[in-house]
Amino acid sequence: MSDGKPLRVESAVGSKGAGVSRRTVTKGLGLTLGLAAFGAAGLPLRKAAERISIDELLQKHYKELSDADFERVLQRLEREAQEQYGAPVEIKDHRPLKGVKFGYAINLSLCNGNGKCVEACHRENNHDRATNQSYIRVLEMPKGTMDMEQGNTTYSHAVPAKDSYYMPVQCLQCDNPPCVDVCPVEATWKERDGIVVIDYQWCIGCRYCQAACPYHARRFNWKQAQIPASEINPQQSYLSNRVRPQGVVEKCHFCLHRTREGKVPACMEACPTGARVFGNLLDPESEIRWVLENKRVYVLKEELGTKPSLYYFFDA
Amino acid sequence: MNSIKTAVVTPNITTSHAVSYPRFLLRALWHATDGSLGFYAWMTVLTAIALVGFNAWANQVANGMITTHMTDHVSWGLHIANFTFGVGLAAGGVMMVIPAYLYRNRSMHDVVIVGELLAVAAIVICLLFVVADLGRPDRFWHLIPALGRFNFPVSMLTWDVIVLNGYLLLNLHICGYLLYQRFLGKRPKARWYVPFVMLSIVWAVSIHTVTAFLYSGLGGRPFWNSGLLAPRFLASAFVSGPAFIVLTLLLLRKVTRLKIGSGAIALLVRIVRITVLINLLMLASELFTEFYTGGAHASPAQYLFFGLHGKTGLVGWTWTAIALNVLAAIIFLLPGIDRRHAPLVIGCVFAFVGIWIEKGMGLIVPGFIPSTLHEIVEYSPSLLEWKVTAGIWAFGLMIYTVALKIAAGVFSSPVEEPVAN
Repeated sequence: MSDGKPLRVESAVGSKGAGVSRRTVTKGLGLTLGLAAFGAAGLPLRKAAERISIDELLQKHYKELSDADFERVLQRLEREAQEQYGAPVEIKDHRPLKGVKFGYAINLSLCNGNGKCVEACHRENNHDRATNQSYIRVLEMPKGTMDMEQGNTTYSHAVPAKDSYYMPVQCLQCDNPPCVDVCPVEATWKERDGIVVIDYQWCIGCRYCQAACPYHARRFNWKQAQIPASEINPQQSYLSNRVRPQGVVEKCHFCLHRTREGKVPACMEACPTGARVFGNLLDPESEIRWVLENKRVYVLKEELGTKPSLYYFFDA
Repeated sequence: MNSIKTAVVTPNITTSHAVSYPRFLLRALWHATDGSLGFYAWMTVLTAIALVGFNAWANQVANGMITTHMTDHVSWGLHIANFTFGVGLAAGGVMMVIPAYLYRNRSMHDVVIVGELLAVAAIVICLLFVVADLGRPDRFWHLIPALGRFNFPVSMLTWDVIVLNGYLLLNLHICGYLLYQRFLGKRPKARWYVPFVMLSIVWAVSIHTVTAFLYSGLGGRPFWNSGLLAPRFLASAFVSGPAFIVLTLLLLRKVTRLKIGSGAIALLVRIVRITVLINLLMLASELFTEFYTGGAHASPAQYLFFGLHGKTGLVGWTWTAIALNVLAAIIFLLPGIDRRHAPLVIGCVFAFVGIWIEKGMGLIVPGFIPSTLHEIVEYSPSLLEWKVTAGIWAFGLMIYTVALKIAAGVFSSPVEEPVAN
C-alpha cells in the first residue's frame, strides 16, 4: 500500500492527555451500549432456550446411544410429550425385523382418489391439525397421460371425476436415496428392512434433503405441531410417529411402529378400494411378490436411478 | 530453532512476539474504533441494521420458520439465495490475487489486501446465512467433525463446510501475517505467505465450484442439474467480486490516505469487461438448450422468464437482472470507462445487483417451481427474511469496514519501535 507516504504520528496515540481518556470512555460506553442492545435484541432466544433441556442439547446420535442412555431419552420424550400435549404417550423403539424388506404397490385402476389414506396418515402420525399435514399427496391425473405437470393435488370435487385417474405419492423408500446422501450430519439413513428413517433429535433442519428428494416426500416442521390431547395417537415410536420437534424434517416411514409389529400401514388399513398392497419382498409367498411378478408395474421417475420400493400398477 | 538463533543476536526480539503481537492487536483495536464522525455514523447505522436483523432471527428461532414464507414446496429462499451470492463475492477477490501474484502486477499488488479482506467478510456473511437458515441452530455442533457426525465425503454440504472455513482461515492468515509484519516494520517472508496465497487461488475456485455442486448434483431438480452451473457460478463471481472491489477502491481513495493507483482499477475494469460477457454467453447457452428442447425440463425456466400457468412471481426479478447485466456489459465496454468514475460506479452497481438477483432469487427459487410433483407454489420473502438479510449484510459490511480500517491504519502509521529499547 502507501509505502512511500510520509509517516505521521496520530495525535491521539502519542499523548496521554484528558482527550484520550475521554475518548476511551466514550468508546467503552458505546461498546457497552452496543452489547446491551444486542443482548436486548436477542431476548426471544431465551424463549427458545427454555424449550430445550441440557439433556436434549447434548443428546448423541441414535446409533451412538447406549441402552441405558436411550431408556432415559425415551422417558424424557414421554414426559415432554405429556407436558406439552397433556396426553400420556408410550414411545417405543421398534427395530427392523430379520429377513424382512418392505415393499408397497398401489393399484391405480382401483384407487379413486377418495383421500382416506391421506386422512389416516394425518391422524396416525400425529400431524399438525391446522395445516392438515400428511405424508401422502394424491394427484388427480387426466387419462391419457403420465405427465405429472398435468396433475392436480388440490381437487375438492366428488371422486372419481370423469376421465381421471388418481395417483397417491408418498416416500418411495428408495434403495438409492438421494436424501440420505446429501444429509451433512447422517441424521437420516436406510434401515435393514428398507425404510428410510430420520433421527428427529439429530436433524439440524438444513432442508438439503427436501431439495434432493425427487418425490416431494419430505416435510419440514415450520412450527411446533398443534394437536388436541384427545386426538394424540399415544402408540408411538422414536423413529416414526412421535410428535416431531419444531425445526426438523420428517417423512413417511411405512408406519414402522405398526409394520414392525406385523400390522399394515395406516394408509392401507384405511383404503376402502383395496388399491394398496403391502408386504415382505423377501417372502416369495407374499401378495406384494405376486403383484411384482404378475402385474406390469412401474416406479416414479425410474430414469433418476433412485430404485424405489413403492410400485404402481394398473389392472387392465 | 529460529527463535534461539535470533535470541543470541538480538535479545530484545525473543520476547518480541509475545509482547508485540498483543501490542499489534491493541493497535488494530484502536484503528478499528477510532475515526472520523462519518466513520462513527456509518458504523452506528450498520449496527442498528444488524440489531434489527439479529432480533428478527431470534424471533425466527423462537417461533419457528413459519415466520418465513418458505414452504415444503419452496424449502430454500432468500437466506440460501444470499448465501450462494456471497460465496461468489468471496471467490471474486481472487481476480486481484491472480494478477498480483501470478502476473506480478505492481499496481494490483499494492492493493490486493482489499480483495483478501473482502473474502474474509464475504465468507462470514455466507456462514451467517447458513446458520440463519438452520431449523435447529442449537444443533450446529452436529456439523463439527469428530464432535458430531460429518457425512464426508458423500454429502456435498460437508465439502462446502470444509472449503468455506478453509478459505476463511487462509485469508485470515495471509492478511494477518502481512499486516503484522508491516506493523513490525519488517519485510514479510515469502515462505510464510506466498504458498498460502497460491493455495488460496485454487481454493477460491473450489469454494464456488463446490457450492454449485450442491445444486447441480440433484437429479430431481432439472433447473439446477446442469454441468454448466459451476462455470456459470465462477463467471458471475468474477463479475460481482471485482465490481464490488472497484467500488471499494474508489471509496477508499476518498476517505483514507491510502494511495490507490489507477492501474489496479483499470485492470479490474478490463477483467469485468470480459467476465460479464462470458456470463451472458453462458446464460444464453443455457436458455437455448432449455427453450429449444422444451418439455418438462424447461418448466422452471419458463416460470422464471415468462410465468407458468398464470403464475409470474419471478418474471419481474429475472428481467431486471437481465437488463442490469446487459447495461453493465455495455457500460464496461465504453472506452476509457476506468477513468470516468460516474458511469463506472453505475456499471459496477448494475453488475453487482444484476448478479445478486441472478445467483440468488433467480437461481434458488425456480429450482423449486414447479415442485418435484409439478405443483406450482410461489414464494416471495417475508418481512422477517428481509430483516435477517439486511442485518447479515450490515454485519458483514461492519467487518469489512473495520478490516479495511485496520489495514489502512497499519499501512499508513509509523512503524512500531522495537519493544525493549
